[in-house]
Amino acid sequence: MLGDAERTREEIARVVGEQRDRIVATWVRTQEITLAAGGAVDGDELREEAETIISCLYEGLAGATPLDQVATRFPPLRNAVTDLSHRWARLGVSATAIAGAIFALKDACVQVLADEISDLGLRLDAIELTNRLLDGAGLLTFQTYVDSREEIIQRQNRQLLEISTPVVRIWRKVLAVPLIGTLDSGRAQIVMESILQAIQDNEAAVAIIDITGVPTVDTAVAQHLMQTVAATRLMGADCILSGIRPQIAQMIARLGIDLSEIITRSSLADALTTAMRMVGDVWPVEEKPSESTFSNVP
Amino acid sequence: MTSSEIPILRLGKILLAGLLKELDDKTAVLFADELSRQVSTVGAEAVVLDITKLEIVDSFAARILVEIATMARLLGARVVVAGMRYPVAITLVELGLDLPGVETALSVEHAVNMLSQPGGSRDG
Repeated sequence: MLGDAERTREEIARVVGEQRDRIVATWVRTQEITLAAGGAVDGDELREEAETIISCLYEGLAGATPLDQVATRFPPLRNAVTDLSHRWARLGVSATAIAGAIFALKDACVQVLADEISDLGLRLDAIELTNRLLDGAGLLTFQTYVDSREEIIQRQNRQLLEISTPVVRIWRKVLAVPLIGTLDSGRAQIVMESILQAIQDNEAAVAIIDITGVPTVDTAVAQHLMQTVAATRLMGADCILSGIRPQIAQMIARLGIDLSEIITRSSLADALTTAMRMVGDVWPVEEKPSESTFSNVP
Repeated sequence: MTSSEIPILRLGKILLAGLLKELDDKTAVLFADELSRQVSTVGAEAVVLDITKLEIVDSFAARILVEIATMARLLGARVVVAGMRYPVAITLVELGLDLPGVETALSVEHAVNMLSQPGGSRDG
């Protein structure tokens, strides 16, 4: 049986080696039809890609790597396939089209094998093996595509986290953190850390968290806000929550979240007034009565 | 009688102690013990604990801090914890320990200012 497998493998290698040009030509013909519509990859490039992959495939077949792992383990072929999917993905070719290209290569190989191998049993074995081998390569393109997408998503996620939590000093000893977008626990953690670090660095007495840009406040978000306030108190500073829109106020009331421990103000301006009074500075103009929905400053 | 390794300084009616990098259980207990004696003999009005250098506060240390505050209040003194680092604050909050009855200040200077103001506590 092992002898059979070896023979099949040698036979495939021979046919692929001899009929390389024919496989490439067939493949380029099919691919030009599907890919040229998008105009992303032209004929010459296709030919180059095909030749690289076929020669890697040939080397893989001639090498010692177990046949069903040639696509995933044999480094030159693996690199050729991942390279191809990376490059095409960047050109805007869809994952389906990339995998389709590899499957078309399989079809081209199978066609040539069918023509070239006369022994029926051997032909069947060879076709089956080629199928399995290039299916692995097709799956690899998908994996690569997904991986590169995943990488982009993670990078953007990181960038989003970095830009989304600015802590600004708006008055002597007063910091403001305008929050925009949905707060999940990861972001809330980063917000908390940056506020606390800024308090420590600036010796700030009051931090204002402005949630005007936060679309919804649920129990988890409220929990994070309470934690942040508790932590700032532990450090000897105080925290004011501002920018609570009427809908949010309703939502908080309806969910029964108790924010009475936190000083809340409806607008950032009100919060700044309160903060300045707390640090002992006087507001330069006549003060309007606060429009706070919740607790008043003690 | 054993005494803790943490020096307790007396500034008028204020007792000031600076905690070091770590607060192990034995030191904490000895310190609480010694502090209570000092508060009562001196008749202190306030105790300021400088924890700027403290990097780790576990639940036991947090409990000791709360106990110190309770005990000092019974003896008629306020307790101010000054200069907590932000990682410590985060840890305490995550452990759900918010040090009830303990006042806090950004630094020893702030704590002393706070105590000298007639209004009393910062958020009281």
